Amino acid sequence: MATLHTVNKSPFGASALQSCLNHAKDGDAILMFEDGVYGAAQGTIIADAVAAKSGSLSLYVLKGDADARGIADARLIEGVTPVDYAGFVELAASHDRTNNWL
Amino acid sequence: MEDNIKKFLYVNRKAPYGTIYALEALEVVLIGAAFDQDVSLAFLDDGVFQLVKGQNTDGIGVKNFSPTFRALGDYEVTKFYVEKESLEERGLTADDLQEIMYEDEDDDYAEKPSIRLVNRAEMADMMAEQDVVLSF
Repeated sequence: MATLHTVNKSPFGASALQSCLNHAKDGDAILMFEDGVYGAAQGTIIADAVAAKSGSLSLYVLKGDADARGIADARLIEGVTPVDYAGFVELAASHDRTNNWL
Repeated sequence: MEDNIKKFLYVNRKAPYGTIYALEALEVVLIGAAFDQDVSLAFLDDGVFQLVKGQNTDGIGVKNFSPTFRALGDYEVTKFYVEKESLEERGLTADDLQEIMYEDEDDDYAEKPSIRLVNRAEMADMMAEQDVVLSF
């Protein structure tokens, strides 16, 4: 009964990622896409909060959006998995519901 | 028919007038009410501002849609989950919210409050019980 959470806003201008982290349940997945990918980069003010969840949640980033913003795979927080569009669809299909944090 | 009823949650995380999200959410809830589903509303983050009482939009030339929430009980939309932490972060308490009541047809039409204060963990549990989550 797991949920796929999606976040498409930068964590520096919106509370979406923080609120998502606050409400996701163990075993859920979070996919960061569009400006949400900034939440997957190392060294930011929110990186520790994201990394702390990598054990209990599955963390993903849409690779095309990360690459477009200059966030190479090597700069992703450890435990964040890059996926392509097909992977996005796969995640949506394999979870019981999606919860989009706008 | 019972088998076709799904749990729908409408998630409100935006303040009422700065963007169109809040009004659009309310419109969709009203449309969805025609389909006899098990509907819940969640108010968290800036979404709690939608329920604050005393809204007066005369000075900004847009419709004050906050009274519409009080009509939702007639459409069997009676579960308004409001997150305590979100209220506290914004200096609000339950007393700052408008009173929203519904008549419980299973209890001799007794008047009952629609607003249910929940903490963050309870909100997360409620979200995880849904079949469909629509976010605004």
